[in-house]
Amino acid sequence: MDIATHVFSALYQFGDAFAFLVLSACGLAVIFGMMGVINLAHGEFIMCGAYVTAATVHAGLPLPLGILAGTVVSALVGVLVELAVIRHLYDRPLDTIVATWGLSLIATQGTLIMVGSTMAGVGTPFGSFQVGDYSYSIYRIVLFCSALGVLAALYALFNWTRFGVLVRATIQVPHMAAALGVDTRLIYSLTFACGAGLAGLAGGLYAPTMTLVPTMGATFIMEAFVTVVIGGADVFLGTAPAGGVLAVVKSVMTSWQGQLFGQIGLLVAVIIVVRVLPKGISGFVLRERT
Amino acid sequence: MSTSVLRGLRAAALTGTLVLASNLALAAENPIKLGVLEDQSGDFAAATIGKVHAIQLAADEINKAGGIMGRPLELAPYDTQSDNTRYQEFMRRVLQRDKVDVVFAGFSSASREAYRPIVDQFNGFAFYNNQYEGGVCDGHMIVTGAVPEQQFSTLIPYMMEKYGKNVYTLAADYNFGQISAEWVRKIVKENGGKMAGEEFIPLGVSQFSQSIQNIQKAKPDFVVTLLVGTAQASYYEQAASANVNLPMASSVNVGQGYEHKRFKPPSLKDMYVTTNYIEEIDSPKSKEFYAKFKAKFPSEPYVNQEAENSYLAVYLYKQMVERAKSTKRDEIRKVIAMGDVCMDAPEGKVCIDPKSQHMSHTIYLAKVGADHSISFPKIWEDIKPYWLGEAGCDLTKKDPMAQYTPSNPPPKP
Repeated sequence: MDIATHVFSALYQFGDAFAFLVLSACGLAVIFGMMGVINLAHGEFIMCGAYVTAATVHAGLPLPLGILAGTVVSALVGVLVELAVIRHLYDRPLDTIVATWGLSLIATQGTLIMVGSTMAGVGTPFGSFQVGDYSYSIYRIVLFCSALGVLAALYALFNWTRFGVLVRATIQVPHMAAALGVDTRLIYSLTFACGAGLAGLAGGLYAPTMTLVPTMGATFIMEAFVTVVIGGADVFLGTAPAGGVLAVVKSVMTSWQGQLFGQIGLLVAVIIVVRVLPKGISGFVLRERT
Repeated sequence: MSTSVLRGLRAAALTGTLVLASNLALAAENPIKLGVLEDQSGDFAAATIGKVHAIQLAADEINKAGGIMGRPLELAPYDTQSDNTRYQEFMRRVLQRDKVDVVFAGFSSASREAYRPIVDQFNGFAFYNNQYEGGVCDGHMIVTGAVPEQQFSTLIPYMMEKYGKNVYTLAADYNFGQISAEWVRKIVKENGGKMAGEEFIPLGVSQFSQSIQNIQKAKPDFVVTLLVGTAQASYYEQAASANVNLPMASSVNVGQGYEHKRFKPPSLKDMYVTTNYIEEIDSPKSKEFYAKFKAKFPSEPYVNQEAENSYLAVYLYKQMVERAKSTKRDEIRKVIAMGDVCMDAPEGKVCIDPKSQHMSHTIYLAKVGADHSISFPKIWEDIKPYWLGEAGCDLTKKDPMAQYTPSNPPPKP
């Protein structure tokens, strides 16, 4: 086997781990990283996106539109949750843990009761390609590109648009933003919806590759929190490098010693990063800049 | 004495008689209580909700036909939420508070080992109606599920003959996966093959890109998949989309989690499973059972192996209680010791082995086709759970209340 095959295989595994970490984490990076709401129902927004995607695809929609539907529905559910629950708890961050945990239990059990214990999958599109001795799934490359696309879109949204400026102003100094005429309640709602929608997008993108069950969100939760915690408060400057670092650790450890060591490596990396950089990677980068 | 006091006394006496009378009436049909501890939510729910339904179906049929020795069968179901600590909590509750006569409990081997010491401690009586890695030699337990000598001694030699002798095992990383993998290793070696590789996957893992590549690197002739839980089932879809295209052999798939119904074809193409029941089995008994099941639970997604195990276990329990004329465990075990506790189950004839209190089975080799249809290339009738008995477990003489493995067999007398 030549070196090019090995290099490609390592890159593919890195890209695969990176995509999973970044897509799992983006929604949480907005809701937890930026807004400071510890959203334990993050996995259930992902599940919602995946279920809506699968349901619409079963109903005859093409997959990309299904994923879009999953994203939109999750965002709408996000608006409802924000209006009904989260809005009243912004100054009580610890209470949001209990509230969102309750929501996640209700969502999981509600789905089990209403939709049943499983849902039929939709099948992974595009097929595979061969490099050297290994064959690879093309859809995994699509996931990697989607992760890069989402990061780029978030960067553009929060740095180049008026909405992005308003969001950052509202979250930094809410009363000052309000005094200058910003409808901070609306901004909070929209930001939360944006995070929920991103979670739905992750669910939609992974729906073709996974078992669709009410508890599927739980498989994203660990990676999502780990990435956001070491990423820090800034969505782009935190999530992207955190995803990169963790993907290297995870893919190297997994190829060396298997899945168990991949997970151990991930958690050890988090402990080290949190110890050395308490404000996460973005905190470190931003401090250097100022 | 005033009249009011007299009236009061008379009322009290009357009430007393009434209470006595109703007690007598109750005693006549004092129900037999069956605790049901199964996962109705959580990661294992897809495979286990059918077990609860099967027990309800059997209990309804038995109660309609007059109960067990004229006593109705009453269920005490609890949702154990795929959580081992719930098993311990609810096992204490059914044994101490509900005072059930027998408990049907458990899907994962981790949960069984979590509750088994409690059954032993409170001197309870439990049925484990699930296929597993084998080796439980415990007089408090009856196992109606299939064990490795039934599922692997049939499956692995068949696969090695058909596809080749290089075997790769991908197993869930807990007692079930580890011990089952040990069995696979042993049988592969006995048949002159070799292990191309092994990987153990922590429960709850859903991303398999690296594992898929490790398998491709090892170039096995077929892969033994012992993946458990809904998260790990994502492997099949991901392996198919990466075009791994290797035959698979399993003791847990299809028969438990009906992956061939849940995933889009052809992701489970060339999966071979040894199971003692699945709804596709085309025999009159099987069809009758399937029809009864669907009549009572029309929206049941699949009638799996564990549902049939649970259903027949209720009837076996009825038979043993009626023959023992008692619900006491010691009396029932005397009946088992006779060695003729058998029944015509939906899968075929099954009997309880007195030495291990495990069950003989008809083992069906199910093959999943490219369109996810099931065919049965081979059927083995009356495969006995022989390993424990041959290794030295004899519950009719001694009750060690322990679990053994090929590398840790019962101590020689």
